[in-house]
Amino acid sequence: MKKGKDDMENKLKKILENAMAQIELSEQLDKLGDIKVSFLGKKGELTSLLKSMKEIAPEDRPKAGQMVNEARAKIEETLTTKRKEFEQAMLEEKLASEKIDVTLPGKKLAEGHRHPNTITLEEVEDIFIGMGYKVVEGPEIEKDYYNFEALNIPDNHPAKDEQDTFYITKDILLRTQTSSVQVHEMEKGKLPIRMIAPGRVFRSDEVDATHSPTFHQIEGLVIDKGITFADLKGTLQEFAKRLFGEDTKVKFRPHHFQFTEPSAEMDVSCFKCGGKGCRFCKGSGWVEILGCGMVHPHVLEMSGINPEEYTGFAFGVGLERIALFKYEIDDMRLLYENDTRFLKQF
Amino acid sequence: MDTSLSWIKAYVPDLDCSAQEYTDAMTLSGTKVEGFKEFDKNLDKIVVGKINKIEKHPNANKLVVCQVQIDEEGTQVQIVTGATNVKEGQNIPVVLDGGRVAGSHKDGESEKGYKIKKGKLRGVESCGMMCSIEELGSNSNMYPDADPDGIYILSDNPEYANAKIGSDAVELLGLHDIVFEYEVTSNRVDCFGVLGIAREAAATFGKKFVPPVITETGNDEDVNDYITIDVKNPDLCPRYTARVVKNIKLAPSPEWMQRRLASVGIRPINNIVDITNYVMEEYAQPMHAYDLDTIEDRKIVVRKAKAGEKFTTLDGQERELDDTMLMICDGKKAIGLAGIMGGENSMITDNVTTMLFEAATFDGTNIRLSGKKLGMRTDAQAKFEKGLDPNNALEAMNRACQLVEELGAGEVVGGVADFYPIKKEPVNIPYDTAKINALLGTDISEEEMIKYFETIDLIVDQDKKIVTVPTWRQDLERMADLAEEVARFYGYDKIPVTLPKSSATTGGLSEKLRCEKAVRTVVEGYGFCEGMTFSFESPKVYDKLCLEENDILRKSIRINNPLGEDYSVMRTSALGGMLSSLSTNYNRRNKNVRLYELANIYIPKQLPMEELPDERMQLALGMYGEGDFFTMKGVVEDVLNKLGLKERAEYRADAGKSYFHPGRQADVIYKDKCIAFLGEVHPVVQKNFEIGEKTYIAVIDIKIALSMAGSYTKYQGVPKFPAITRDISLSMKKEVTAGEIEEVIRQAGGKLLESYELFDIYEGSQLLKGYKSLAYKIVFRAQDRTLTDGDAGQIMDKIISSLAKKEVVLRQ
Repeated sequence: MKKGKDDMENKLKKILENAMAQIELSEQLDKLGDIKVSFLGKKGELTSLLKSMKEIAPEDRPKAGQMVNEARAKIEETLTTKRKEFEQAMLEEKLASEKIDVTLPGKKLAEGHRHPNTITLEEVEDIFIGMGYKVVEGPEIEKDYYNFEALNIPDNHPAKDEQDTFYITKDILLRTQTSSVQVHEMEKGKLPIRMIAPGRVFRSDEVDATHSPTFHQIEGLVIDKGITFADLKGTLQEFAKRLFGEDTKVKFRPHHFQFTEPSAEMDVSCFKCGGKGCRFCKGSGWVEILGCGMVHPHVLEMSGINPEEYTGFAFGVGLERIALFKYEIDDMRLLYENDTRFLKQF
Repeated sequence: MDTSLSWIKAYVPDLDCSAQEYTDAMTLSGTKVEGFKEFDKNLDKIVVGKINKIEKHPNANKLVVCQVQIDEEGTQVQIVTGATNVKEGQNIPVVLDGGRVAGSHKDGESEKGYKIKKGKLRGVESCGMMCSIEELGSNSNMYPDADPDGIYILSDNPEYANAKIGSDAVELLGLHDIVFEYEVTSNRVDCFGVLGIAREAAATFGKKFVPPVITETGNDEDVNDYITIDVKNPDLCPRYTARVVKNIKLAPSPEWMQRRLASVGIRPINNIVDITNYVMEEYAQPMHAYDLDTIEDRKIVVRKAKAGEKFTTLDGQERELDDTMLMICDGKKAIGLAGIMGGENSMITDNVTTMLFEAATFDGTNIRLSGKKLGMRTDAQAKFEKGLDPNNALEAMNRACQLVEELGAGEVVGGVADFYPIKKEPVNIPYDTAKINALLGTDISEEEMIKYFETIDLIVDQDKKIVTVPTWRQDLERMADLAEEVARFYGYDKIPVTLPKSSATTGGLSEKLRCEKAVRTVVEGYGFCEGMTFSFESPKVYDKLCLEENDILRKSIRINNPLGEDYSVMRTSALGGMLSSLSTNYNRRNKNVRLYELANIYIPKQLPMEELPDERMQLALGMYGEGDFFTMKGVVEDVLNKLGLKERAEYRADAGKSYFHPGRQADVIYKDKCIAFLGEVHPVVQKNFEIGEKTYIAVIDIKIALSMAGSYTKYQGVPKFPAITRDISLSMKKEVTAGEIEEVIRQAGGKLLESYELFDIYEGSQLLKGYKSLAYKIVFRAQDRTLTDGDAGQIMDKIISSLAKKEVVLRQ
């Protein structure tokens, strides 16, 4: 007599209980593999049971087969669930062990830094380039003519003496002002002109906290038909607001320069104190920032421009003055020492 | 330039404003006020008192107890003092209880002053204080009648003797006043005098300007009988005026004059000296007084000095002159250095009876150069240098004589001796309202413009549209100058704010500046910080760099008038500045320092210089600490690449630079030109600059680099076919360079060679002594097909056989 399906059912039940218990009790992921082999593998218990199917009455076989398959599915499902649990636990354990101290310092590349003069200059350049100005340069060792005579400062003029010029020969000198570049630009004869000319200038001043025999200026020149003093005011006001902030106020005071007429100096409201008065503006609320004016008709004439047809304005800004002011640097010497502890702050 | 407010008010009587209002308004109209000082800032409750009684202090030998009357009603306060110059019956300044003084007798003026409260001195009550001039914030130089060592005894001065008891002593002493300090621009010669400033103040505030009225002076004698004038150099002395004063009675000048001089820091001396100083301040015209009795032949001769001529000025200094300097002489000898200082031999002494007043104008440049050569800078000289108005000279002269008569300082002789061959005439300038408005961007009416012209005493002819400019305003020459006058009094602040409406222009950096910016970004990525050094340096740098005697870098441009030897030559290389900066960092113990500078160098075309030199922008890189030669080389390669120099540069080891390690330096050759160099700094040079670590320097010539910079990057296409890679390890004598191996690889590799890379260098026990091994990864690729092993093998054979000719073999 063939064995009954009940006997098979009992065996199956036992196998299933056994498998469940083993899975439940397993503690490691790799154990699950062993369990899978011992029950579902080629020589596994369930496989053996399936092999004994022929001993079952044929009419019971489908039913028995179904039961075995169900048991297999059950075991596989349980194994999968258990595996996922293990994996989840392991992942959590791994993540927990990988916890870092986020307050430790960040890692940086040792990047270099631009000089505060250069940073300031680039800001100024960007403002004027945006307004359609070319940035041009001229020689630092210059002819007397370009530095003085063509700017309406003839030989023996007191204004020439005031500038403490370094001379190489009688006619060749270290330029005392970037205004010399104006003349070169005008001589090219291409009008209109909108240019700024940044560069090094030299004056015979001993080195101290506020003086240096080498420093930088930025010259500006606009020449066209119908340029007015009002345009000069508007342009420089725009410049000041862009450089020092939208709330900046400007004040134009009459002044004298040989190569402009009318001439002015521009003060800006102190952006440290907003104009209330502080140590930077020496209590006045204002800081003198540049000299400017309408190009003197004689200067235009000397460079071959007809002052009846063209007018223009010019201005000159001290770069260090702005950089020192902007970064609250109290000693100009720091700019030329090149101590990296200073340079790395910018 | 300083003026007191009271002095300005003497000519602008209606002026009524605070010190701050005056400062702001004058600054905005072009006479910049740099600051002001209120003399009475710390003076409070100070009255004229009278000492009624002085008794000994019961407990102190050095103190006395005074009963001081402080009003006309007879109110008395008790004041204890240690002063020894007080007597009963004297009038003195008294600060009352709760008042304030400006300083102390011992320490002088204090910023905040001192409050005076009643208290006990050695047990005796003291209520207030009798004041010295120092306690009032001044000193006995400015108040010559004040006792320098005690209380200011007012009743000793006849001008103060009748002051009412209890009246304001600060008022009496002229201390309710303010002194303003101005920055006068060099074109406004007239504003170096009080009258010029007062004229500006009147125009600024719209008040009436009342200059002194000069009356005719002098007896019925003629000065020309006393003196003749002979000017040998009228170009250097366009005008010379002289008058004579006899029967001089030297005395102190009156208080009003003393106070005005003192307010601007001039010490009162006596009536004659004070008058010359007063007129110089008032008219900006320096004057000089000679003792007429010292003038021989009754003759003034103005001539140039003889070269080497010696002259003793009134400060007792003997000066050696040259033949450009202008002298004032009499018939026999020199008596003054024109425009700078009088002579000791002719100066006014206490015994003077007759004197000659001089008011002249001299060529400003000549005076300036003479002063410079002599190392002198006097007040008179400072004014003459600006170039004075000759028409002002006689006005000042007559003003001085008027004051002599007013002060009773002497008898003025009639007439004037005046050398003035070419009279300076006023200038006419046409004005055009439309053009002035067009320049300013304003819409100011003609009437308004005329009003501004007239407030500063310009004469307007409205029909001819002409402005006549008095000679004291020599800065006004053309219409642009008139536009500035209009703008000043209309108000710069009222001029509209517009932007140029004109043609559109395209802005941008020049190519050079664009490249410099790109270079900055590259080297900063490698950790280099930007430094800046001076363009001039010491010639000693050449020795520190161990340069040969005839090294081209020694041929530098010398500054004619340097600040000192350390700043005397224009740099011919950026090395000195870079090494000095690195040295500064090393001395300050900064670690791993990397600096760069974009530095112009100046290469003369010939010496001495006849034309402008070649200014070349250099990128200098310097570092010590982490990194070596090859770190620096990597940076150089990257910079060149960024500049568009994409072809292969050659690194030549035989650069021969004395400041570099002989075996660790290279010139960088690009298309046959030396575009850069780099190296490890020679240990001796490193020591000379006091750097204690291996230092590396690279210099790239931006000017050459730019001239060879490639055009825009062109897209090459992404390879479509796979590459074949071969590694070879080669063995060779140590002397063989990587550059030589790579040259062979390139030659033999041909078109299919895509790249090669050195990945290992070995020297050691596994090789023969004197040998080394280099290992390369070589990549081949074709653009049009997949390469086969055979293709690669063929080329590798070629490479290996070519290398074999150089005794480079595959490493076994």
